[in-house]
Amino acid sequence: MSVRAALGVIGRYVFAGFVLVFFALPLLWLLTAPFDSAPSVQVSVPDFTLENFRTLWDNPYAMRSLGNSVIIAAGTMAITLVLAALASYALSRVRIPGRDTLLYLLLLLSSIVTGTAAMVPTFLLMTELGLIDRQLGVVLVLTGGLLPTAIFILKDFMDSTPRSYEESARVFGASSLQILRHVVVPIARPGLATIAVWAVVQVWGNFLVPFILLRSPEQQPAAVVMFTFYTEGGQPNLGLISTFSLLFSIPVVAMYLFVNRRYGFRFHGGIKR
Amino acid sequence: MLVIAVFLLFPAIWTLYLGLTNWRLTGLAAREPDFVGLENYTDALSDPDFRNSLLLTLVFVFFSAIVGQSILGFALAWIARKLRPALRSVVETVVLLAWIIPASVVAFLWLALLDRREGTLNALLGTDGTAWLLEYPMQSIIVFNIWNGTAFSMLLFSSALASVPPSQFETARMAGAGTFATLRDVVLPNIRGHILTNTLLITLWTFNVFAPYLITAGGPQGRTEILGVYIYRVALRDGALGQGAALSLIMIIINLVVAAVYLRLLGRDRPSRRGRKSTRERRA
Amino acid sequence: MRLNTRLGGTAAGLLAAALVLAACGSDDDDGGSGGGDPSLNADATEVTLTITDNSIVGGKNTEGAEWITNWVIPEFTAMQAEKGVDVTVEFEENGVDDEDYKTKIALDLQSGGGGDIIGIDGIWTGEFAEAGYIAPLTDVAGDAVEDWEGWEQIPEAVQQAMTFDDQAYGIPVGTDGRVIYVNKDLFAQAGLPDDWQPTSWDEIIQAAEALKQIDGVTPLQINAGVPMGEATTMQGFLPLLAGAGEEIWADDTWTGASDGVTEVLDFYGQVYGDSAYGDALLQQEAQGRDTSFAMFAAGELGMLIESDYFWRSVVNPDGGINPMPNRDEVVGWAKIPAREPGAGLDGQDFVSMSGGTGRVINPNTEFPQQAWELMMFMNSAEAYEAQLAGVPRITPRDDVNATALAGDPMLSFIAEEVLPITAYRPALALYPEVSVALQEATGAVAAGTSAQDAASEYQSALEGIVGDDGSISD
Repeated sequence: MSVRAALGVIGRYVFAGFVLVFFALPLLWLLTAPFDSAPSVQVSVPDFTLENFRTLWDNPYAMRSLGNSVIIAAGTMAITLVLAALASYALSRVRIPGRDTLLYLLLLLSSIVTGTAAMVPTFLLMTELGLIDRQLGVVLVLTGGLLPTAIFILKDFMDSTPRSYEESARVFGASSLQILRHVVVPIARPGLATIAVWAVVQVWGNFLVPFILLRSPEQQPAAVVMFTFYTEGGQPNLGLISTFSLLFSIPVVAMYLFVNRRYGFRFHGGIKR
Repeated sequence: MLVIAVFLLFPAIWTLYLGLTNWRLTGLAAREPDFVGLENYTDALSDPDFRNSLLLTLVFVFFSAIVGQSILGFALAWIARKLRPALRSVVETVVLLAWIIPASVVAFLWLALLDRREGTLNALLGTDGTAWLLEYPMQSIIVFNIWNGTAFSMLLFSSALASVPPSQFETARMAGAGTFATLRDVVLPNIRGHILTNTLLITLWTFNVFAPYLITAGGPQGRTEILGVYIYRVALRDGALGQGAALSLIMIIINLVVAAVYLRLLGRDRPSRRGRKSTRERRA
Repeated sequence: MRLNTRLGGTAAGLLAAALVLAACGSDDDDGGSGGGDPSLNADATEVTLTITDNSIVGGKNTEGAEWITNWVIPEFTAMQAEKGVDVTVEFEENGVDDEDYKTKIALDLQSGGGGDIIGIDGIWTGEFAEAGYIAPLTDVAGDAVEDWEGWEQIPEAVQQAMTFDDQAYGIPVGTDGRVIYVNKDLFAQAGLPDDWQPTSWDEIIQAAEALKQIDGVTPLQINAGVPMGEATTMQGFLPLLAGAGEEIWADDTWTGASDGVTEVLDFYGQVYGDSAYGDALLQQEAQGRDTSFAMFAAGELGMLIESDYFWRSVVNPDGGINPMPNRDEVVGWAKIPAREPGAGLDGQDFVSMSGGTGRVINPNTEFPQQAWELMMFMNSAEAYEAQLAGVPRITPRDDVNATALAGDPMLSFIAEEVLPITAYRPALALYPEVSVALQEATGAVAAGTSAQDAASEYQSALEGIVGDDGSISD
């Protein structure tokens, strides 16, 4: 038994080591290139410099765009989270024939809307609504695209919360919203955390929607500003791009670590017994 | 619901309508698009490039998403629970990084790794001059996509595992069940719904994946022109947006078929082993 | 149940709205195509104009963006203030891939919006004009356009870049020319002359043969294949086709699998075939063009066909992407020869291809006269001189080129020797697709297909593209 346990531990660490190498190997470039005075598409010991960071700091749009990304991502994440929690709870508790099919169809439609072919209808719609060049417009379009998936994922978590908890809460006279807030949300917390991280990541990397809907460069998020570091002929300025990518990744990783610690994927068994 | 209706249904329906026209972003067809009925669909289905692309996509989705991302993602979620917290954070962060870095940058990372002349992989393996992206193009983008997308499955399964009542693990442990038995009897019934969700989602997403284009440009000789890349070529580079819209619908129909297969394999039709009510059954 | 019905109802309502909106959309299109009334708001004293361009301070094309921000806008505003007109000029900067930029301005123009003055690539003129997004300058701004002094300074050929159906849709802003760049160090090692100038394709191959003797050196890279995109067509196929005496679009006809096309493909076969003067694998790699630049800068590549962009933005020791500190000593250039002397387009001995960018006035502008004034101002000799104070580049104006480029031998060479012999691509909506078909043909040859087979594949691809709308010669 102890041999088996030991083998298990060794296996775990070997696996973890393998995964680390596999995932970290391509990332090496991101650690060397930003500090290199003349980076190429090659991992090498950098000819150390912080010049790239200074250039970005002086760039009129680079740092501001990270702030814009935070605004757009946080806005989209918040709206998505609230609406998806309400909708998935309702869908989980109300019996409608063909409910799952409907949800899946919505999910498929969302893949059309996030595709390139839909950008024209989206653009004209936003023009009619007067939401061009406003971050709110970007948030709403992105939310529309993310919601079906968010509901789809969350519903599984809602389904697995035992109804007996709600029923006892109801006995004590709690309203539906109170039940949602005090009973269901805590139980579905890992799911909500997943959605939060997922939504931020989707928004963070989205280029097309903000690029098309926003006009002034002061409002553009980092995913769009990333493309300014190419020449007129389309050649990348690897130094600035790698440096900006590094800065670009930090907020998301920080957010993940925060969500992980605070709301955690380490949920142990529902209501404390 | 209004948000969904305005920002999802409306553009989606409009896009489907565009799929019935020869509409383009520029040129004469932008001014006066003609209603062409199902011509876009028949054109696509009779285009050998499209059929080739569809076949490549099925291979790509099966290996990179269904096999690669799901299994690796689950294994990570499973193993990470028992790792020391510090190590766990490192592993999860690295996996996450692969997911959050924008595609344009990811392309440079992988070129640095797989480059023929100065690539890290050739340096490590001593296989100087091996053009991985040209000799093993499909394998390369499959591995790339596993690297790129596993984080989502890992997150979802971590959350799913977290919502399995610990008491059940405890019971299994007391009964002396091994890892395999625990997975089969405790974990699987509890997370069946999540597995289905995860598989449906990553399949759909992988059908749309475009990032490999930045690494292989669909080549060599179209050997990595998966559907996402094909649609990009038709809709954006050739500017045939009507055709692009039609292709989106074809892709959705394929996904519907695939989803039906998944439901059969994982869903409500199969009673769970131990007769406990699984989430899927309750829905039916 | 409640949810379900509500959703259904809303969807139906939206569908109705969609149809109404779609109808409105098409009305707008019809209105936009002809240009508005040129005298609209001509006497306004409060004017707002927006310049849209694919350049951004601190990023892509930063010199152009800084020039607009720091020179054009303040100077123009001051000039107008003297006349008692209160002008606000806004600058909408972009810094993205050309295709993305094109998508964005096409969406803008389609919806009836967009900046008043928009920078575009000359090659889009045809598509945009056909779509009704832009209109001839005289329709937008009236007859005043014809009286502009600048037209005389811009050579006819350069004006062609912004012309469609014999009407000027915009003013060219820049042009370029293609040459063969050589690494003089490598040429010296191979025993080739310092002032090498081939007069036929054979002489290029002979030089490649000599360079091949040096260890670790790729003799030449002629762009081929789809991954390099338009670079394949402009820096590879089309200059060679001009050298074979043909154009891809001539006399309202697309060129099919002609003798010239086959000769060009055959030359690709010589370069990438058994002798392997060029690296065929590089042409299949997604970032092959970047790699070829890096190789040239590292002294591993002997010859490369490129435009002056390569000199200004790639190997420029001051701010280039692959800076060569000794660029001025090491980098040489030669005109692209015809297949053999006299075999080129119009019987020329040497050939080139050029692209061009320009600016158009949005037909939807509220202030057509003021927009035209700003256009003239931005294209005045004075304006170009202010712009060139930063980094010299070739302008469309002869008077400016004659003085401002004197300090840069490469750019003067292009202006004086190359522009007179150059040719332009057809600014037609179908061109991008034809270009891809050419890229596929060259890629196939580089990968080992015979020139004959690749030419006939190109012919059938072309038939698929052109369809019933045009004719093909062979």
